[in-house]
Amino acid sequence: MRWTKLGLRPFFWALFVLAAAATLAAAQSPPAPAARFVVVLDAAHGGDDSGGRLKSGQSEKAFTLALSVRLRSLLAARGISVVTTRESDAAVDPNRRAEIANHANAQACLSLHASETGAGIHLFASSLAPSAPARFAAWKTAQSAWVTRSLSLAGVLNSALQHAGMGVTLDRTALPVVDSMTCPALAVEIAPERGPGKQVKSALEDPGYQSRVASALAAALLQWRSEARQP
Amino acid sequence: MIRRFQAVLFVVLLVASAVMGVVLWQLRERAHMRLIAGEDSAPTNAPLVTPAEQATLLVASDADNSLLAQVQSLPLPQDPGTRARIVLGKLLDIYAAPDAAHPVPGGAGSIAQVFLLPATDSAPGAQPAVKPASLSKAAQSSGPLLAVVNLTGSFAAGHPSGLATETLTVLSICATLHANLPRVTQVRFLVDGAERPTLAGHADLTRTYLASQAAPTEGEHP
Repeated sequence: MRWTKLGLRPFFWALFVLAAAATLAAAQSPPAPAARFVVVLDAAHGGDDSGGRLKSGQSEKAFTLALSVRLRSLLAARGISVVTTRESDAAVDPNRRAEIANHANAQACLSLHASETGAGIHLFASSLAPSAPARFAAWKTAQSAWVTRSLSLAGVLNSALQHAGMGVTLDRTALPVVDSMTCPALAVEIAPERGPGKQVKSALEDPGYQSRVASALAAALLQWRSEARQP
Repeated sequence: MIRRFQAVLFVVLLVASAVMGVVLWQLRERAHMRLIAGEDSAPTNAPLVTPAEQATLLVASDADNSLLAQVQSLPLPQDPGTRARIVLGKLLDIYAAPDAAHPVPGGAGSIAQVFLLPATDSAPGAQPAVKPASLSKAAQSSGPLLAVVNLTGSFAAGHPSGLATETLTVLSICATLHANLPRVTQVRFLVDGAERPTLAGHADLTRTYLASQAAPTEGEHP
């Protein structure tokens, strides 16, 4: 059957013109907004669990909460959505922390710790062996499908922190909170800055050091965001 | 007024008590001499001296978060469980020494026991089902072993809190066990005979550690 015989030629041309106009409009319209970039900050310990005791007498739980609040402000100022696992001196179960992180569908999850041992910033990825993503994952080893991404995040943070003049050590550990997270996740432990001969250059209670650490972490996460958005 | 016979009786009893005291003292001395005379202090058997062997300790360093191999000469018995306890005791003695690179108080006494059980292929976190009767046979078999390290509560209580320091302690114990007893492929930890969530607030003690993965390769961190 011929189009011309049915008298549909004008209809065909109208359809063609409409399709071309739609294609042109799509090409000229602004790009769709990028997916929301979310960071989860987990201030370790809290409530009855004080964590370690710092030399200043401050507890680890107070230090991590202060760092979480400071980092949240820095990230929010740069347009990054932040979800925190605690906003006060409250005891939060490790499983609940992982639940919060997993529901946030975050692009980076950081569990914040502090210690007087060692020097600089210690970045820990999960020690679980990488596995293929599965529809259902075991709770205690859910991070295994994300370990490769977590190691990439560790690499980016390591470069950015070193660029900011921070001493960084990379390692892997078994931490239940991180092992249950389904996002690129790291445990970040802040230790005093030390010079040669192990003498302390910047103590944990030094506000200037805390500020530098928070700024360096924020810059590192911005770097991770820009790398994550690259095709 | 004391009557005369009462005074005489008192003096007689006093004298009798004194005499009995002297006799008892002499009897005690004689018994003591008999005991000493009966003891043969001369050595009859040569003392068992365990020959010193080379043991490799993976010693943690907080400065760079690394494990460094250190060879020590230690008298090691043949029994694998005792051998493991002595090696780990030496490792913790190094950590308890002043100016240690990874300071942890406690020393050798912090290792209460080390049990060696047949290792299973179960997922991390699973408990192997082993009957008590088979425990002694486990060390004699040739298969892979699970080492259960029972730490004292005082060691856990005195351990510095921190992700890095706790992880280093756990990994150095695992790596040292694997270096000296290659059949030990898995390690679990107990504190005072019971499971404990973390060592000092951070390192997970509820899981099974793979000993071979704890050992660093040349020039690498664990």
